Amino acid sequence: MADSVEIRGLSRAFDGNTVLHELDLDIREGEFVALLGHSGCGKSTLLRILAGLDEEIGGEVTVPARRSAAFQSPRLLPWLKVWRNVVLGLPGRPNRALAERALAEVGIADRASVWPKTLSGGQAQRVSLARALVREPELLLLDEPFGALDALTRGRVQQLVAELWQRHGCAILLVTHDVEEALLLADRVLVMDEGRIAHELTVDLPRPRDLTAPEFVSLRARLLNWLGVTRTLEGTPS
Amino acid sequence: MTTHSPPLPTTLDKPARITIRGTAKTGGRVTIPRSVRRAAGPVGLVLLWFLTSATGVLPESVLASPVDVLKQAVELTRNGELPSAIAASGRRAATGFLIGATIALSLSLLAGLFRLGEDVIDSSMGMFRAIPWVGLIPLFIVWFGIEETPKIALVALGVTYPLYFNIYGGIRSTDSQLVEAARMMGLGRLGLITYVILPSALPGALVGLRYALSTAWLALVFAEQINADAGLGYLMSNAQQYFRTDVIVLCLVVYALLGLACDFAVRILSRRLLTWRANFEGEA
Repeated sequence: MADSVEIRGLSRAFDGNTVLHELDLDIREGEFVALLGHSGCGKSTLLRILAGLDEEIGGEVTVPARRSAAFQSPRLLPWLKVWRNVVLGLPGRPNRALAERALAEVGIADRASVWPKTLSGGQAQRVSLARALVREPELLLLDEPFGALDALTRGRVQQLVAELWQRHGCAILLVTHDVEEALLLADRVLVMDEGRIAHELTVDLPRPRDLTAPEFVSLRARLLNWLGVTRTLEGTPS
Repeated sequence: MTTHSPPLPTTLDKPARITIRGTAKTGGRVTIPRSVRRAAGPVGLVLLWFLTSATGVLPESVLASPVDVLKQAVELTRNGELPSAIAASGRRAATGFLIGATIALSLSLLAGLFRLGEDVIDSSMGMFRAIPWVGLIPLFIVWFGIEETPKIALVALGVTYPLYFNIYGGIRSTDSQLVEAARMMGLGRLGLITYVILPSALPGALVGLRYALSTAWLALVFAEQINADAGLGYLMSNAQQYFRTDVIVLCLVVYALLGLACDFAVRILSRRLLTWRANFEGEA
């Protein structure tokens, strides 16, 4: 399959502080890639560059013109009703029917005409996903979109992202620091360290994935090892 | 490491358990409504004013009785002096306000939206603000004479500062994360200004508007001391010459009422424009 994203020799420095070092990365069309790493390893910087929000870079980056993003906080405009937020920035007059279809897809069609302030965290994050997907992106960038959600809601929204990805077939780059989340969702997991892709892992497990499968557990152990996290849980229930 | 923790007599002396006694009303007791209690102060003061005037403790040369003030209000309304004075003052306030608001809006947009505008305008505004604007009256008289122009200019000046600083501050406090997200969703420069920057500056702008309107009336009071031949200030300085404290008090009351009316209007406006901030559960 053709590549959706091609990154060659990408460098980015902030005030002489190099954050990305000659980074190379390809993402295939429709591929789900998760990007793991400690805070400050440059993963969010990479995502911002792919989003086109940061252009002071060295090297070459090729991305689809049609791309959108969802962030850790939903970043909805509080003065626009939910449905207007969904179709914000689309050409032409605000199309309510389109917005309602997108909201129905993420399961909150009934909240179309409320103010964003009245939504719960999970609902707001769903709106943010609807806003990203209504643009029919070829590349969807997700910057820790589940990070601020409680555990129960997070599981549900992760499930939703998996479904939406299979339906839309867009390439996804998910930035996260949650190893299990990466393994549950992605085709390929990258571990970033000091501005480079330090490790790469292809996840060949059947979907939907089982957290307790031995293959899953062993992949998780490898990722944690790469991240420099060693877990010894002797006698402590997790 | 071993530490010798001192004895904690205070905790030891305290009883181990305490009882929390409920203060919730159990009904049956008559309570005075809050609005009545709040009105009691002002009403009491007016009553005191009336009583001291009626008994002669407060002579009319110091302060006219509320009854006289009311009589003057009726009298001056009937012969048309008060309405025409209010109209003249209102015209000045409105003209000055519109000019000041236009200047403030233009400057704050230029300073808020463009780096060059900020560099040129904001430091200058900071400098001019240090000058007490009331102190400019003599200069305004030299420049504009003693007709309407210096009065309107003073109101405009008083209005400009609070509006400018609040709108500019509102624009600059726009959440950069929202700007980023909106850019990502394909909004151009104009779209960003319309959908992100101006709405987020609105709450600040409305606060500025309240300040600006109260300053407008204040500036008017000062301005109308300059050789007025119409308006509330004229009525007041005339009354001063004849020691008519009833007319002076009446004019003060009218100034206060006009200020209150403006404030009320802005509050209604705020409530209508900022519905998105309220936490109601959507429309029915």
